[in-house]
Amino acid sequence: MKDPAAAVVARDLSAGYGSRVIWSGAGFSIPTGSFTAILGPNGGGKTTLIRMILGQLPATAGRLEVLGQPPHRGNPQIGYIPQGSSFDPDLSLRGLDFVGLGIDGHRWGVRVAGRAQAERAAVAAIDAVGATGYAGRPLGRLSGGEQQRLLLAQALVGNPRLLLMDEPLSHLDVRNQGAIVQLISEVARMRQLTILLIAHDVNPLLRHIDHVLYVAHGKVAMGKPAEIITSESLSAIYSSPVEVLTDSRGRIFVVGLEEEVSHPHG
Amino acid sequence: MVDVAVQLTISNTSSQPSWNPLEDLAMLLHYDFMVHAFEAGTIVAIVAGAIGYFVVLRGSAFAAHALSHIGFAGATGAVVLSLNPIVGLLAFTLGSGVVIGALGNRVRGRDVTIGIVLAWTLGLGVLFISLYRGYATEAYALLFGQILGISSGDVAVTLVAGIVTVVGLVAVYRPLLFSSVDEELASAKGVPVTALSIGFMAILAVAVTEAVQVVGVLLIFALIVTPAAIAVRFTSRPPTAILIGVLLALAFTWLGLSIAFFSPHPVSFFITSLAFATYVAVRLSEPILQWLQQRAAGATVA
Repeated sequence: MKDPAAAVVARDLSAGYGSRVIWSGAGFSIPTGSFTAILGPNGGGKTTLIRMILGQLPATAGRLEVLGQPPHRGNPQIGYIPQGSSFDPDLSLRGLDFVGLGIDGHRWGVRVAGRAQAERAAVAAIDAVGATGYAGRPLGRLSGGEQQRLLLAQALVGNPRLLLMDEPLSHLDVRNQGAIVQLISEVARMRQLTILLIAHDVNPLLRHIDHVLYVAHGKVAMGKPAEIITSESLSAIYSSPVEVLTDSRGRIFVVGLEEEVSHPHG
Repeated sequence: MVDVAVQLTISNTSSQPSWNPLEDLAMLLHYDFMVHAFEAGTIVAIVAGAIGYFVVLRGSAFAAHALSHIGFAGATGAVVLSLNPIVGLLAFTLGSGVVIGALGNRVRGRDVTIGIVLAWTLGLGVLFISLYRGYATEAYALLFGQILGISSGDVAVTLVAGIVTVVGLVAVYRPLLFSSVDEELASAKGVPVTALSIGFMAILAVAVTEAVQVVGVLLIFALIVTPAAIAVRFTSRPPTAILIGVLLALAFTWLGLSIAFFSPHPVSFFITSLAFATYVAVRLSEPILQWLQQRAAGATVA
């Protein structure tokens, strides 16, 4: 099953907690360097898939391979932005220090050796996401878009090969959503990163993504956006009437899987 | 039976300050009990100021407060059993610290659970006081501190406990900071967040037990939470915040002891009042500073 061209490979993979099955029989292969959006209704098991790739949750059946290895916790080749990551308004910690934690925050003790090197890496990652102007300010005082850029810098700072992002756009307005997606896409292409991004709304992503991973109704399905996000294809996969609508501005709405699947924000 | 006469105020001196700092300092340190108070107070201030940063960062101020109150039941229970109250205090703070830590840092309703346990243990403390028909001063000392009744042996114990807490904090510094800022992220990076949460509460339990000697169960906030809460308003760099917190805790303790020496009022009152006054002053000066900055910025633009 080794496939050097694939970053994440699933074979007949099932997920669940205890005896409760969330989805089963998933088979997909995420090509290295591709940008994949994970879509589907709430509670469908999108975050569960991310947790399995991170090695935080074992598969109930089947096999999962991440960057050619079985998943394991603390994999330095994976950058991660958790769901609902936004900081307490009172958090008095500089963005620079936060990004630094992405380098060696998991190590015991205090940073003794390699202080200058770590500082340089943090500064470079912050520069790459265009957050230099406010990296010295307390995180809690920054806007949602600014915090998201620093979260991205934190995810990039260890030079990962795979980037997992759980709803990084959900707290942003439409303009910021566009800017962050553009940034993610550019950084990924430059560094040949593989990206898996959970989103509520596919519209801000459409121009940038290579694949869509649909997680709904106990099933996982993968395909190119134009091929899979159609009434015929989604209805066939989920054996229920699903309708894909397009509005006058070209925005896509998926109706039938669950209402909020493609609720555009703002 | 423990029957230490508790000195909340310095009644055996009727000293007046000479307002010559060196002369006054010499007078302060002329007494053994004052030397011990300064020694223990210094150790406790360093520990409390340092751990306070993480208490504030993790939003665990209520947990810290609860630990000391739960410890009160342990201490009074130990007195009933003719044990050293510090032993009971440490046993109860450690035990409850481990349980609170296991509840996790971000669990909703955690503070409600803590509050329920806290109320019950305070009730236990009341029972133990009534069972112990000796000195009510013992309970009084636990509640409000007894820094002036500290022996050189107590100082040695405090020093050992202080070293344990500081070494413990240094050992978990980075992962503790990481999991305090974003637990989910730290966990994904391989930080054992639950074990760390338990470890932190255990270290905090030892620190609380030490601080109780100085300011007592009821006033623990003044040394653990207030200095750190002030420090994070000045800086967003963790090492600088810890340093400022320690310096503030030291200043409150030293000044409080010195003022109390020349006054008929309790040390704890001065330490807590200095902490409170500083916090209020900082909070009040913030809008003024902001206004001045805005005015300066406006002037530059114009």
